[in-house]
Amino acid sequence: MGPQHPSTHGVLHVLLELDGEEIVAAEASLGYLHRGVEKLSEYRRYHQVATLMDRADYLSGIHGELAFAQAAEELAGIEVPPKAHWLRSLLGEINRVSSHLLWLGTFGLDVGAMAPFLYALRDRETLLDVLEAVTGARMMFNYVRPGGVVADLPPEAEPAIRAFLRSLPTHLGEFEDLLGGNEIFVARTRGVGVIPRETAVSFGMSGACLRATGLGWDVRKERPYAAYPELDFDVPVGTVGDTWDRYAVRVEEMRQSLAMISQTIEGMPEGAHMAKGPKVLRPPAGEVYSAVESPRGELGAHLCADGSDRPSRLRLRSPAYFNLAVIDELLPGCKIADAVAVIGSLDIVLGEIDR
Amino acid sequence: MSPLAVAALRALAALSLMLLNGVVLIYMLRKVLGHLHLRLGPTRVGPRGLLQTTADVLKLLTKEDVEPAAADAWLFRLAPVVVFTPSFMAYLALVFGPGLRFSDLDTGVFYAFAVLSIVPVGVLMAGWASNSKWSLIGGVRATAQQIAYEVPLLLAALGVVMAAGSMNLTEIVASQQGTWLGFLPRWFVFAQLPGFVLFLIASLAELNQTPFDMSEAESELVAGFANEYSGMRFALMFLAEFSNSFIVSALAVTLFFGGWLGGSGLVPPVVVFLLKTYLGVFVLMWIRGTLPRIRIDQLLTLGWKGLIPASLAWVLVVGVAVKLFEGSG
Repeated sequence: MGPQHPSTHGVLHVLLELDGEEIVAAEASLGYLHRGVEKLSEYRRYHQVATLMDRADYLSGIHGELAFAQAAEELAGIEVPPKAHWLRSLLGEINRVSSHLLWLGTFGLDVGAMAPFLYALRDRETLLDVLEAVTGARMMFNYVRPGGVVADLPPEAEPAIRAFLRSLPTHLGEFEDLLGGNEIFVARTRGVGVIPRETAVSFGMSGACLRATGLGWDVRKERPYAAYPELDFDVPVGTVGDTWDRYAVRVEEMRQSLAMISQTIEGMPEGAHMAKGPKVLRPPAGEVYSAVESPRGELGAHLCADGSDRPSRLRLRSPAYFNLAVIDELLPGCKIADAVAVIGSLDIVLGEIDR
Repeated sequence: MSPLAVAALRALAALSLMLLNGVVLIYMLRKVLGHLHLRLGPTRVGPRGLLQTTADVLKLLTKEDVEPAAADAWLFRLAPVVVFTPSFMAYLALVFGPGLRFSDLDTGVFYAFAVLSIVPVGVLMAGWASNSKWSLIGGVRATAQQIAYEVPLLLAALGVVMAAGSMNLTEIVASQQGTWLGFLPRWFVFAQLPGFVLFLIASLAELNQTPFDMSEAESELVAGFANEYSGMRFALMFLAEFSNSFIVSALAVTLFFGGWLGGSGLVPPVVVFLLKTYLGVFVLMWIRGTLPRIRIDQLLTLGWKGLIPASLAWVLVVGVAVKLFEGSG
């Protein structure tokens, strides 16, 4: 299955051994993209690395930039102004909802429902419009830098955010009617692709895939960063860790994100959005690990500095890589149609897996 | 004119109607799904997208005719014909209005379902001959599905046949004339609602339509049995699929919704019939645009353990009811 199969979400290649419709053995075979993001970082100054972070997980660029920026700030000892923290959380949550919406739509496609996909893209457009107004880009944002963020909110951003805060909850209800409220969807997801909590933990899974098993691990709560300590939100968890739970957790996460977006808009502090400091960073030698909660889970940057203006080594802990690893164990015993639903429910982005 | 020439002309007329109808149905599908899915495409080519189908036909006619090197060449070429021919043959059984038909068959219902049951043979041929694993699974799925759903489909129609006392489509419509209590039409859908529901579900599977489009399930099998087909061969298969949805809808209208009855003399019967049939096709497209796809084992379980016992029970109920009413005169 793959890499040109419509449901392998990019260039995933899974070797399936079948007995009729049933999967006997499965092996995820990676290595089609070879982006070299980590290596390329060693040839760029600290401020320039953000552009690579956008391209690793191209659906949640803000989180990639943030993970790297936080690591660089910690190495260089930069104090980030409060406004930058709040803007990072705001944009991060908008980015999360846009990523989850794309996931919701494509997951619908995976179980054969076309309508939710096109509805999700309609709603995603409104979020991308806001991201574009703020950052100038719809995908490769290059917005979060060591020391803060590039720009303040432009005047047109706030009304646009308030507009989707009004429309999206209704539309989320529509999605829940179309998918969650449908017998067929329930039959296709409940009890399918169950990941026990112990398995999830031993495979290093994170994000909604882990929380669906009932373990409420969320970097925003466990190791708070940006403005999250000041925001009021819940961490939705599932019960059995099946495909349904992963769906339900992500839908609820979108509601929580909308609540956070609303709080950040109301409570946005005044002040600078960028710390004062040298144009070219030269952190002292050392190493640091900094993680954020990306739409796919714990996205960490392990950054090593040697005192020069470029990182001596950058290693990303990309959540989808760990979340995907479980399918070799998960798929045997499933049907072909289940494989599609299970892979879809893991919400993988291959750019981040084969980075 | 010799009877042979008349028959040939009738067949030609049916073929023309089928092709024309195919074009209309493709346009309709694009518009219906366009509105359901918020798609802009179908409004762009020509006024209200009217030229889109023309563009599609041109594209399909001029596309390269690809044949996989390792395919079973003869079966591969034959399969689209085997899929297309039954649809054409089923068209011949339809009755569009009083006396408006290609042929008057005493076993119209039986004949229509019998020829439609040849379709999966063509699908299996296409899947096997393509020499592609996804295609093969699609072909095998089509057969498994068809066998599981043919029985309840026929049993659901049997209820109507028993009540009408005929397999002739004209007579079945005639037996739905008149009203109950002075206002409710004597359409079989009111007396045999469970039968109609069984018929609807089984015909969705028979048509290979969402949520039962297992043999071409694009998220699982890429395009299933049609994976390796391009250009006109692909078009023939899909023309057959579109025609089948029209045929099944027309049969449903004839069996359960009084055929061409209900125009109260103001609207020509054939218009009433076509309106009802297209409404049926619209419902099929609506379902197609809304529902997710069921899994093959769930589909078969529903067919064997749900629909077949239910339809058998329904035949029993109708049989007893028909006998009782006969007895009471």
